[in-house]
Amino acid sequence: MSTLTLAVRDSGTMLRRNLLHMRRYPSLTLLLIGVPVIILLLFVYVFGGTLGAGLGPAGDRGDYANYVTPGILLITVASAAQGTAISVAMDMTEGIIARFRTMAIFRPSVLTGHVLGSVIQTMLSIAAVTAVALLVGFRPTATALEWLAVFGVLTMITVAVTWLSVALGLVSESVETASNLPMPLVLLPFLGSGFVPTDSMPTAVRWFADYQPFTPVMETLRGLLFGTGIGADAILAVAWCAVITVLCFLWAKALYNRSRAA
Amino acid sequence: MTSSQPSAISATGLRKSYGDKVVLDGIDLEIAAGTIFALLGPNGAGKTTTVRILSTLIDADGGEARIAGHDLGRQADAVRAVIGVTGQFSAVDNLLTGRENLRLMADLCHLDRSAGHRRVDDLLVRFDLVDVAGKPASTYSGGLRRRLDLAMTLVGQPRVIFLDEPTTGLDPRSRRAMWQIIRDLVAGGVTILLTTQYLEEADQLADRVAFLDHGRLIAEGTPRELKRLIPGGHVVLQFADQAGLDAAARTLAASTRDEAALTLQVPSDGGVGSLRSLLDQLDRASISVAGLAVHTPDLDDVFLTLTGQPDHERAMAR
Repeated sequence: MSTLTLAVRDSGTMLRRNLLHMRRYPSLTLLLIGVPVIILLLFVYVFGGTLGAGLGPAGDRGDYANYVTPGILLITVASAAQGTAISVAMDMTEGIIARFRTMAIFRPSVLTGHVLGSVIQTMLSIAAVTAVALLVGFRPTATALEWLAVFGVLTMITVAVTWLSVALGLVSESVETASNLPMPLVLLPFLGSGFVPTDSMPTAVRWFADYQPFTPVMETLRGLLFGTGIGADAILAVAWCAVITVLCFLWAKALYNRSRAA
Repeated sequence: MTSSQPSAISATGLRKSYGDKVVLDGIDLEIAAGTIFALLGPNGAGKTTTVRILSTLIDADGGEARIAGHDLGRQADAVRAVIGVTGQFSAVDNLLTGRENLRLMADLCHLDRSAGHRRVDDLLVRFDLVDVAGKPASTYSGGLRRRLDLAMTLVGQPRVIFLDEPTTGLDPRSRRAMWQIIRDLVAGGVTILLTTQYLEEADQLADRVAFLDHGRLIAEGTPRELKRLIPGGHVVLQFADQAGLDAAARTLAASTRDEAALTLQVPSDGGVGSLRSLLDQLDRASISVAGLAVHTPDLDDVFLTLTGQPDHERAMAR
């Protein structure tokens, strides 16, 4: 069997394993959807009126729901990342991982199985959160093709963040650490263009907000959903996702293999 | 064991240290195909480390090993394809059912669908897991879990199996069931390297036994050979009074007496024939015996004799 066939087959097997885990333990998935939904409701119904007015002279709560949804979608991705890191760290404490290591399988398939499973889980969460957003006033104007592009961008950032969280799960010495390490990711949409335009921020914060990876992703999503200008953000978003994915994949792989020396 | 059989496992000079602590200090192993080899030793002797190295889980710091002819360092995947490992800690997926665990192994062993189903059904029957096949492994008892664990190891039909303390923590009944499973496996032609702290287990199962202590093999041989290393067995005769003891001591010249306990220790192999002739001898002399105990040398004696020595003598005894 060629390496590629082996990789696909074993990753598929590990994916099935992870999907079974999610089915046996659905409360984690629900918890991960809960966080972004609560933040969405909070920002639309509590802060939405005031923040909407800040978007422009005619801005209201509905405008703010449109503005904030791309940020909320990235919160969904970041929140799911926490779940991934936890389940990877938990998995590594199980004896079955040692068994996998003594089998003639595609070695990183344990990791690719986690990534594929988490990406599916995150995309389902994103669908659920989007449905809630539509209920509270999110009114995108995207065409079918633009929706497809939205789906593509969200998949890209999800894959990137998931590989990062797999690496964080592996680097953690304990499950508690694994649950804390990805926390800053949930803050990133706030320190970017997720909740308010960056030009309202003080210079230092604004500089960080403009150049961190989530901002071009959110701006690209906004552009696709509402036809606002995208410009260089699309290319930046793709570049960030590609770089994060590759680096974190290599990092995770090295972390997974390191225990051979131990 | 004949020397013409090819070695299933051969290792020379395996070494491993963690920092300053030397865990394995040059281990040589030669294990013939189709035999059970028991690696015996106290906690921390290096048994698990040996298994972890030979099963490709960790790299040795030095030395070489071949499993079924494949070099451990250069052909790790070829080694992985012929081995099965059941470790000390249960290697089952707790969230999956017994059947799902076995299916997972069938998929990872790249069996085609129908062959996989047949193998899984087969193993569920063979390991008496049919009734619990649909329950999550997290609900299994220790004995059940160990059976599932071993069944998972067997899905890929490994030719060489590593069992790291397979019966630790099992009740006596489950232990005997596990022994029978291990005997059946070897009857089917596989080679087993088993580690254990229980001398009785090695005695019961193994063709050859090696004692591991402080990262070194201090003795190796068949259980019979090893028992020969130490002073032989004896029979202890208990007497009701001093007169009986005196009479018996006169009759049995080679014996040693214990005045306080009124016992006489007579060298013997403990067999039925020698016991009968001993009793006949006492009968002829009209000596009545209050009690009798037979002590045959066991691996416990061997182990205590070997490890009771100071370190430098022990190194010379190798």
